[in-house]
Amino acid sequence: MKIAVCVSQVPDTTTKVKVGSDGKTIDPAGVTYIINPYDEFAVEAALQLKEKQGGETIVVSVGKDSNKEAIKKAYAMGIEKGILVKSDSEMDSYSVARNLADVLKEVNPDIIFFGKQSIDYDDSQVGSLVAEMLNIPSINVVVSLNVEGNKITCEREIEGGKEVVESSLPAAICAQRGLNNPRYPNLKGIMAAKSKPIEERQPTYTENKTEIIGMSLPKPKPKGKIVGTDVSAVPELVKLLREEAKVI
Amino acid sequence: MSKILAFVESRDNKIKNAGFETASTAVKLANELGIEAEVLLIGNNLSSAANELAAYGVKKVLLAEDSKLEKYSTTAYSKVAAEAAKQSGADIILLSATAMGKDISPRLSAKLEAGLVADCTEIKAEGGNITATRPVYAGKAYIDVQVTSPVKIFTLRPNVFKPVKAEGINSEIQKLDISLADSDFAVQVKEVVVSNEKLDVTEANIVVSGGRGLKAPENFHLVEDLAKVLGGAAGASRAIVDAGWRPHSEQVGQTGKTVAPSLYIAVGISGAIQHLAGMSSSKCIVAINKDKDAPIFQIADYGIVGDAVEIMPVLTEEFKKVLSN
Repeated sequence: MKIAVCVSQVPDTTTKVKVGSDGKTIDPAGVTYIINPYDEFAVEAALQLKEKQGGETIVVSVGKDSNKEAIKKAYAMGIEKGILVKSDSEMDSYSVARNLADVLKEVNPDIIFFGKQSIDYDDSQVGSLVAEMLNIPSINVVVSLNVEGNKITCEREIEGGKEVVESSLPAAICAQRGLNNPRYPNLKGIMAAKSKPIEERQPTYTENKTEIIGMSLPKPKPKGKIVGTDVSAVPELVKLLREEAKVI
Repeated sequence: MSKILAFVESRDNKIKNAGFETASTAVKLANELGIEAEVLLIGNNLSSAANELAAYGVKKVLLAEDSKLEKYSTTAYSKVAAEAAKQSGADIILLSATAMGKDISPRLSAKLEAGLVADCTEIKAEGGNITATRPVYAGKAYIDVQVTSPVKIFTLRPNVFKPVKAEGINSEIQKLDISLADSDFAVQVKEVVVSNEKLDVTEANIVVSGGRGLKAPENFHLVEDLAKVLGGAAGASRAIVDAGWRPHSEQVGQTGKTVAPSLYIAVGISGAIQHLAGMSSSKCIVAINKDKDAPIFQIADYGIVGDAVEIMPVLTEEFKKVLSN
């Protein structure tokens, strides 16, 4: 079985966002970049499937040279091969997906894992876009999966519940937190990842279909009211919520 | 720009709230642009649902009904939506940013080679184009985006766009003829499992969330008790989800769910930046925390500095008393 996983590199969750000098993207100064957290569930799912069914694993990423760190993280966890489509320009989800689809067409995997969204632009688009471009099924927000032969059954989260979804392979699976517990790379894995080669490619598609015209920060809130320091403050708090905030 | 098509989500033959929001926004945007808006319904036995849309100013409903469409299918619904868009000649397509809308919209984007702006919180006609505003980094920032392709797709965040009622409108209902092959149902929902009637944090108007300050997993009922009294949903911080106290489906924050209820009560949550990102656009925020310097107090409208385990039972009783009056 050939198993592919797509990853991206994003600012970590403790990042305090500042608008950059272009007024459209974040100021990268002082920002720590990590593999997209949802992609770790995708990598783990790929590894578990390989361990169960045998086969080969490959990681693909589209973006800046720094995306190599995300590929190396996947290597350290156990993925065998990696391809980076290297581009310094800002690509939207459509453009990233087209580049991924072009690489994956050639790789021809039986299953492709994605994180359900990247935590920078929160688009939740790339997995489904790639699937449509490759004309294969896609299942989003997956919290459990079972592959038997050519058939895949997943549970996916929806508002207030889950859908049990069935499909056939090849398919694109977009992982949600809860699908598994991503393994910690061991020292041997981390050392081996450092010297493992990453195949670099040029983008095959560079046209965006959306254009960011500006970025802004939410307006700061005025300082709130500390109602008290123990249970005696409770009646006053409830009164304020009813009469001042009018939310109850 | 010549026509708007709004895909309106229905489940079990009923239109979802988010569907009315999207239909109403389509009508409003079409009025601003001086063009037509049509609504697309996909499923089975939807005639009575279709008739409800006139009350929101919808003049034309496209109905794609088939017994095979009774249950949701990613591939079949995407195909029907793309065909409907082509047949109607719409070049602006709106969907709700719900589980279903987020599932269909990217496939539609690829089929129609159309740019997609997801999870918009504002959408307006401006200088012959449409500018959409959407949160990024889980709400730590917002971007204004325009679509450069001829066909433009937007998904709208639920609970943000308020449906507006209109009077004296009759909607024309047109049945669509779209032929579907078995291969169009490559992805098929077999079953929908409702999580024991519990309200989802993303759908609740009031959310009460608990964190480490509850001290032990067996104290989480203090959060659930208050949520129940207020008719809201219970949420959790990443710390207690990682510790295994609560399931990830309840997690509020950047790697959990983003919520914006009318009232958010943070109980024993210090307010790590990734948590604040997921709830800071709530209309009113209450914090109960022992540490007066906890970051949660920076964004709280009201706070009590104190022990959550002591305060919660009293707070729940007080609400009970007040609400029964």
